[in-house]
Amino acid sequence: MSFFTTVEQYQNFSFTDFFARTTDAQVERALSKDQLSTADFLTLLSPAAAEHLEAMAQKAHRLTVQYFGRTIQLFIPLYVSNFCANQCVYCGFNRKNNIVRRKLTLEEIEREAQAIASSGMQHILFLTGEAQQLTPMDYMLDVARCLKRYFASVAIEVYPLEVEEYRQLQEAGVDSMTLFQECYDQEVYRRVHQAGKKMDYHFRLNAPERAARAGLRSVNIGALLGLAEPRSEFFLTGLHARYLEDTFLDTEVAVSLPRFNECESDYKPDFLVDDRTFVQFLTALRIFLPRVGITVSTRENAAFRDRLLPLGVTRYSAGSHTGVGGYARAEEESTPQFEITDNRGVAEVAAAIGAHGYQAVYKDWDAI
Amino acid sequence: MQEDALQLGDKYFTSRLFTGTGKFGSHKQIPAMLDASGSQMITMALRRIDSHTPTENILEYIPRNVVLLPNTSGARTAEEAARIARIAREAGCGDFIKIEIITDMKYLMPDNFETLRATEILAREGFVVLPYVLPDLPLARRLESAGAAAVMPLGAPIGTNRGLETKSLIALLIENCTVPVVVDAGIGRPSHAAAAMEMGADAVLVNTAIATAQDPAAMGRAFALAVQAGRMAYLAKMAEESAVAQASSPLTGFLH
Repeated sequence: MSFFTTVEQYQNFSFTDFFARTTDAQVERALSKDQLSTADFLTLLSPAAAEHLEAMAQKAHRLTVQYFGRTIQLFIPLYVSNFCANQCVYCGFNRKNNIVRRKLTLEEIEREAQAIASSGMQHILFLTGEAQQLTPMDYMLDVARCLKRYFASVAIEVYPLEVEEYRQLQEAGVDSMTLFQECYDQEVYRRVHQAGKKMDYHFRLNAPERAARAGLRSVNIGALLGLAEPRSEFFLTGLHARYLEDTFLDTEVAVSLPRFNECESDYKPDFLVDDRTFVQFLTALRIFLPRVGITVSTRENAAFRDRLLPLGVTRYSAGSHTGVGGYARAEEESTPQFEITDNRGVAEVAAAIGAHGYQAVYKDWDAI
Repeated sequence: MQEDALQLGDKYFTSRLFTGTGKFGSHKQIPAMLDASGSQMITMALRRIDSHTPTENILEYIPRNVVLLPNTSGARTAEEAARIARIAREAGCGDFIKIEIITDMKYLMPDNFETLRATEILAREGFVVLPYVLPDLPLARRLESAGAAAVMPLGAPIGTNRGLETKSLIALLIENCTVPVVVDAGIGRPSHAAAAMEMGADAVLVNTAIATAQDPAAMGRAFALAVQAGRMAYLAKMAEESAVAQASSPLTGFLH
């Protein structure tokens, strides 16, 4: 049993028909429930539900304050390598892109870690492209051990691994993993992932599950909104999160909502998710899964992120660079994977969170 | 009248309202809440203590006369909880420890089995152990024998504000436990707290309902008054409730 069984169930499901039949009364009924069915969740993602956005926002706000309080957990990404063997048409690190490729040495990582830790940040997420030859397990284990000396929590966003490999990383100090399926629609997935190991849809789909099985405390999933039809994509993301919550009671599950932003490639996505739809997705997810973590990165701009604070988000990245390195010596940062539109420093983001009546949490876990 | 104080470890508490530091929009709200509520013990997650960013150090917002109750939130095994407790003690947080072991991230239910194991370990090491559990009488008995200073059954799942959903099970603990019973989690309104105290609970621990209120200090005060009222009613020995009305013309009146 894997989440793929669920993906298959919806293979021939007509989302268009479902949405065409959705009524205001169904939206109101879904909103009045304590526990939503999958059909209720899809109802809240429908165009019809967009007319009920304020009611959705109010409920999402209430549930988030109830379960998470007025707190936002901060983390910072560190790209340690941008070498990549994949050819993902939308990505700045696409192997065909003629960009400067770099991989940080352990000494450089140590310098980056010192620079980041001095900002007060305690949760770090390290990222690589997918190049097993250049960033093999041994390298990642060294990175994890190095970072663990400076941070309370170390998370990974690296290529999908086997259970045993996740277990080794856990022993080296990693407690969480992020991995986006990017796209649940298998046809589109095939089209946009043109070379490399990432072409293996199943190996990627089951990776969060393998990480949970290995004992990582927290897994963060997501679909890159815009690659395929966004409402159905986000619906499957929500079901994936619920599947992980149900299957691994002791794992914290979080969801990101990355959407397209300009990057090095000239890729023009087939779909665009506007701010209103983004907020609809975010609030629908909170109402469907009241305890799920919701992560929003600096892909979103500062003003918009400030507005999202009361709507259901629980984790923000801050002070981010999305090129390799970039914290110790800014001029050394290489081409970013995607453009950042919230360029504020850590203290500035924390202050903005505070000004909105929320508390920025720098430290929420320490593997002891 | 002798002051009605609750003893836990070597400490006496005249306020039977315990509070928590989680979920506040800012730590700065905590001193005013403690002042308004008169709470003399506050729980805080050791995992949140951040010695690197002084402005965010929660300990600076807790007055010295309030007892710190570090909790093991985040722990998933007895061993993890025990390590957290030892670190709390070494960090100068005292001997009190609330054991909170949650292996169910979906409903946030405490893991009674791991909690019992942690209680056994930590009571042996001289901690004042306050285990957070699902109300289960045989387990409570085992916690007592293991050396727990109190038992802390949940009224409803953490953060739900649903009140005393486990009322009849808590009543069994109150009736049969020799250690104090502190109702923890689920208390969403002052009336819930009053009801728990009327039943004979020795204290209540309230966090979400106070921390997430529009005015945490005023809500803290409201809870304090409700806890006092419930306690007074319990001590005054309320008349028993009756499920049916007492007939004014009894059926057996003719029997003299």
